[in-house]
Amino acid sequence: MTGGQPRGGPAATAISDEGDRLDVRDLEVRIGEHGPDVVSEISFAVPAGEVLGLVGESGSGKTTVALALLGHARRGLRIRGGHVFLDGVDLLRLGPAELRAARGAKVAYVPQDPSAALNPAMRVGEQLREAVQVHPGAVDDARGRVLEVMREARLDAAPQMLRRYPHQLSGGQQQRVSLAMAFCCRPALIVLDEPTTGLDVTTQRHVLETVRALCRSYGVAAVYVSHDLAVVGGLVSEVAVMYAGRIVEIGPTAKVFGEPLHPYTRGLLAAVPSPLRAEVLTGIEGQPPRPGRRGTGCSFAPRCSFAVSECRARPPAPVLADSREVRCIRLAEIASTHAARPAVGGGPAPTGPATALSVRGVTAGYGRTPVLSAIELDVPPESCVAVVGESGSGKTTLARCIVGLHSNWSGEITFDGAPLARGARDRPKETLRRVQYIFQNPYTSLNPRKTVGQIVSWPLEQFLGLPFRERSERAVQVLEDVGLGGDFAGRYPDQLSGGERQRVAIARALAAEPDLLVCDEVTSALDVSVQAVIVEELRRLQRERHLAMIFITHNLALVRCIAQSAVVLRDGVVVESGPVERVLEHPENPYTIRLMADVPKLAVPGPESGDPAASPAES
Amino acid sequence: MAVAEPSAPVAAPARARQVGRHPWLSVLWTAARTPRGAVGLTLAGLVLLIAVVGPSAAAKSPDALLMQPYAKPSGQFLLGGDFLGRDVLSRVLNGGLELLIMAVAATAIGVAVGAAAGISAAYLRGRPDGLIMRTVDVILAFPQLVFALLLVSVLGPKLWLIVLAVGLSHAPAVARVIRSATLDISERDYVKVAELQGMRPATVMGREILPNLISPLMVEAGLRLTYSIVIMAGLSFLGFGQQPPAANWGLMINENRAGLPLNPWAVIVPAALIALLTIGTNTFTDAVARVTIGVERRPEEAALLDELTPRGAR
Repeated sequence: MTGGQPRGGPAATAISDEGDRLDVRDLEVRIGEHGPDVVSEISFAVPAGEVLGLVGESGSGKTTVALALLGHARRGLRIRGGHVFLDGVDLLRLGPAELRAARGAKVAYVPQDPSAALNPAMRVGEQLREAVQVHPGAVDDARGRVLEVMREARLDAAPQMLRRYPHQLSGGQQQRVSLAMAFCCRPALIVLDEPTTGLDVTTQRHVLETVRALCRSYGVAAVYVSHDLAVVGGLVSEVAVMYAGRIVEIGPTAKVFGEPLHPYTRGLLAAVPSPLRAEVLTGIEGQPPRPGRRGTGCSFAPRCSFAVSECRARPPAPVLADSREVRCIRLAEIASTHAARPAVGGGPAPTGPATALSVRGVTAGYGRTPVLSAIELDVPPESCVAVVGESGSGKTTLARCIVGLHSNWSGEITFDGAPLARGARDRPKETLRRVQYIFQNPYTSLNPRKTVGQIVSWPLEQFLGLPFRERSERAVQVLEDVGLGGDFAGRYPDQLSGGERQRVAIARALAAEPDLLVCDEVTSALDVSVQAVIVEELRRLQRERHLAMIFITHNLALVRCIAQSAVVLRDGVVVESGPVERVLEHPENPYTIRLMADVPKLAVPGPESGDPAASPAES
Repeated sequence: MAVAEPSAPVAAPARARQVGRHPWLSVLWTAARTPRGAVGLTLAGLVLLIAVVGPSAAAKSPDALLMQPYAKPSGQFLLGGDFLGRDVLSRVLNGGLELLIMAVAATAIGVAVGAAAGISAAYLRGRPDGLIMRTVDVILAFPQLVFALLLVSVLGPKLWLIVLAVGLSHAPAVARVIRSATLDISERDYVKVAELQGMRPATVMGREILPNLISPLMVEAGLRLTYSIVIMAGLSFLGFGQQPPAANWGLMINENRAGLPLNPWAVIVPAALIALLTIGTNTFTDAVARVTIGVERRPEEAALLDELTPRGAR
């Protein structure tokens, strides 16, 4: 519809203003009174019943904007300027008491983590009733309203449900309770801050559908904040892409994601893996500038391949082009180039009977709770096997059994023909060296009190017994091999970005010169543009160093880019396995079929599908 | 947050390094620059200065009988005389150093033993954990002062014994705190990595865990130092510890309390110094605790807060 045009008015695309419930103009949030801006020049409008997607990577300022819409700024931040008009009333000019009255009643917020947002000591029914009763007069029949919103949020409104405590609900149910709370006073605006991040794809799809349906039926304007482009693409009609505290591109979703104009939007989309095609992912090198270090010109210029000297001279003003608004002065040049994504060359298919690692009938559990049962898995030498499953499927437990972190298992795991001992402590040093494990979260897998050099040197000392001088030389070599310079050796993990940390973790594993690399969700803590870089790096290293690899992920789309064969886990059982193409394109198991159907997909121009008008399909 | 090419500028150099390295010196420095820390450090520093420089600054001998017992302050003797007619000022100047040394030594022993016990219990789990923590429970069942008195009265009032007794009486409480901090750290992934790469338990504890305990250790050390000072002074007051005619703040309070109406300064000044030292170390420790809590926050948030907050305001 409208939206996308700042300052609410004269833009060519404007159809009408009367439908805009939310109208944000020139919003600016700064650090302290006179500090640098965190977000600035934020303008957009959302009509009743529509959802605006606010996408960006970590640090882009999307959450800051979301909170500012509620008149809130995090500690140390100040809303320094702009207007947030909700039905014509400027929320930022309200007094504390009026603002408090508006929150919950007129503007509602759905946080990222429902398990942290719900009071664990209060029954669900009480919490919902409280949300209704906080605003006296807003609702006549509190009890009736609670039951009504629960039905709307597709929760079972039975009395037993109301008597439950949050911990007795599943993640999806908890998020539905959060949604119900947000909708219970029939607000005019709802701000959703990555509400489906922790949920599995099927639950995620259901929650998204509920959000969309509720916004439609009650004429609510919603702002949906997310880092996941595919999720946003399927949900919203308008999308705003944020970078370094500015909206760099805003317009109809089909246009912005179908034919991106801003180089950053293009970069982001090129980094999103697709479950439908095996493509080379292209990440964006460099990292976004932090508040106060954004320079004079375009913030994206240092990472932009289209940048010219003019870009660095002054910040670009928004330009109207092709029914959307883009902050870039090189639009004409960019529009004429077409970005296509090269397909991944067919990797060597796993051939022959040789296996690097074979898992036979492995059954494992925590205490008496069974987690894995009779798992069969073969990893051919020099090939990558993806283990796919939703949270709770046992994929991480399987990885931990293989590397020896979890020792409560039975069955047999043979590596290079020899059976492996259950726990890492019982395995010979040589085996420990040859099987390396990379953890999911690079923020916890590096010791914050050791330098990168010390971290990478330890396996060199332990496994290869190198003397000190050689260790530091080799450490620099390994760091360079994963794309970090030797000068990283003196840094501490806190000084690195997430992607750099994960590279250090990879370097630490490679320093041991392993034969098998077990990667456990290694990109799930990273931004999508960084994920692309890391996945490409892993693929290159795997090929160059002739590694066998187990790539564990919940992201079906990623599997396509890196693995030759795939194993689908569900509730600790292998439901399907085989070459990647077959498993993803012609899944046989009903579970895999549903999983593939529920994965949010982004229609981006690829080698085969050149149809940019196709709106991003969700299923 | 994309991965930088080697040439790309990464992180803010100076401040980020401080957060990253987080050595105890930089934490102390940051703490000293907060208002709370500055007040604490000034108070404690003042008393420290008196205790350390005092012995060489005292004009008169602390043991010479120079006036009437409990003589009022005069131009010559600023704080008057004590119960034997000795110069109170000189005795105050001389009476702090030994007390301080003993308190610091006891604290060092207590924190070292407590930390070793706490780390081992938490990391090794199982039987060592049970053994260590049940011992700790037993010792904790005795009040600290009573425990120290018991040891001293059984083994005689030797100074090194007092230090050891007070130190060991600290160990259980330190072990408790460090154990819970270690329990959290031993579950971190980098500890698992070290185990997977075949690091021996002792090395894991020393190289992976201990450096991450600097913050709780510093806070514990400060807190235990405060207690040590009070206990040492208390023991002297009760007649254990340094024996007369030695000058000692705790002892002075005891010796001169009979003459409180005649020359109150002989009691008030040593008591005030002990109080100031205790309050000062406690306040500074509090500042250190606040600073380290800030550092232990999630890295991005800490960095952001660092930028948001004017230096030292936290």
